[in-house]
Amino acid sequence: MSVSAPVAPRASSWLVSSALAQRIGSVALFLAVWQITADAVDSRLLPSASAVFVALVHECVHGPLLFHLGITLARVAAAFVIAMVVGTAIGIVMGRSRTIDALFDSWLVLLLNLPALVIIVLAYVWFGLTEAAAIGAVAVNKIPNTAVTLREGARALDRSYSDMAASFHVGRWRTLRHVILPQLYPYIFAAARSGLALVWKIVLIVELLGMSNGVGFEIQLYFQQFDVTDILAYTIAFVAVIQLIEWAIFQPLERRAGRWRQ
Amino acid sequence: MTPALSAHIREKRYPRARGAKSHLALAGLSLEIAAGEFVALVGPSGCGKTTFLNIVAGLDADFTGEVELAPGSGGRAARVGYVFQEPRLLPWRTVYENIALVLPAQRAEAIVDPMLQAVGLGGARDLYPPQLSVGMSRRVSIARAFAIEPDLLLMDEPFVSLDHDTVEQLRELLLELWHARPTTVLFVTHDLREALVLADRLVLLSAAPGHVVADVPVSLTRDHRHSGVDIERLRSEILRRHRELIGAGTDAATPVG
Repeated sequence: MSVSAPVAPRASSWLVSSALAQRIGSVALFLAVWQITADAVDSRLLPSASAVFVALVHECVHGPLLFHLGITLARVAAAFVIAMVVGTAIGIVMGRSRTIDALFDSWLVLLLNLPALVIIVLAYVWFGLTEAAAIGAVAVNKIPNTAVTLREGARALDRSYSDMAASFHVGRWRTLRHVILPQLYPYIFAAARSGLALVWKIVLIVELLGMSNGVGFEIQLYFQQFDVTDILAYTIAFVAVIQLIEWAIFQPLERRAGRWRQ
Repeated sequence: MTPALSAHIREKRYPRARGAKSHLALAGLSLEIAAGEFVALVGPSGCGKTTFLNIVAGLDADFTGEVELAPGSGGRAARVGYVFQEPRLLPWRTVYENIALVLPAQRAEAIVDPMLQAVGLGGARDLYPPQLSVGMSRRVSIARAFAIEPDLLLMDEPFVSLDHDTVEQLRELLLELWHARPTTVLFVTHDLREALVLADRLVLLSAAPGHVVADVPVSLTRDHRHSGVDIERLRSEILRRHRELIGAGTDAATPVG
């Protein structure tokens, strides 16, 4: 019997390069508008793109930017991992058990509607201005989102695959890895994407309110001096790193998980 | 000799939501199958055939009665292979990985490739199930069930909604595999003709609540199974004696080529 695999349509390379060109053009346009506006306004409060770039390079080489960036990224990573693991576990349990879902659904709604600022302030008041309180507060902000997303995923699990695994006595761990998790990947990626965006913004607030290092702390210092140039330099460095994580980690992982769909 | 499968289901009910009356799916179903037998379980749609298989497979413990499987060689727990009505292959795992999943990790390599060769899919090992034709998917599903060297093989109408030629090929493949790797088979179908082509023994079920209404040995030698005349003669004889199977009879009345 001959077997032929349908060939997945290859994305034409000019399409890819034209998408890249569009993106570069879009960024260039933004920089041009910024530069022209700044030149026209000519104020210390709206530095030009080139001035910010110079400040960025200077802070990287001579200033403490990389140190603070590293600290903030470590906090983002810790809070992100905790929020994803705990939120996923809660979501799966609530998606699988009606009783637990009924019992804790209103807790989730309450947490979802609690302002980030309130959680941060309470964490600092109750647990002090500690690293654990800071990271915990950020994680607690994200956990309900992750739980809600993963609960949807757990509800959508296909019973026929679990039955197959059970009838063949596939062990618990292998069933989780090969049968359950692949069905949850789209939900995990959705939660991770929105999670990263939310977590890094909240980390800055946490640092601004109660930490003595990190990007948020530095921004607060420059805010007190009305030093917009350095505020923007820190912001751009941080946004660039987060975008890099999205491109270099999330997107390849997602492509890998979705290989079979092609 | 202890039977390979001995099942006595007193009652199997499905609860209905909101206090409505529960549905009685099986009542007083008793069945024993000797080791190495190929038994076809035939009955009208909705008579609880799949329910019964799920109970035997251990997927459904919510019933009254007993199900006993003879232990496998060396006294280990019996291994049950299940070929579902839909192939139930994991679309996100390759053909190879789908079969390896049900095997002990260290033995998978030695078993999967020869098994794929045996079902004519040696070249498909690295494809994902969405890339397979319907017939190929069924072959993988059958290969998966045989790969575990089952003591009991359950098959739930594995050849429905396929074109005639594919069904013929798959039936032949199944018999070929079964001769090479003898095991006890419980094959569910509503197609009397299919049952007569494949099985040593027909067990006829009533409409719900399902129970055994007749137990018919198939006297045809395997060489005579290819003759449509003999099969047809047996089929009409059984239908004449068991009017309750009329529903199944019309289903099976599609012309055979």
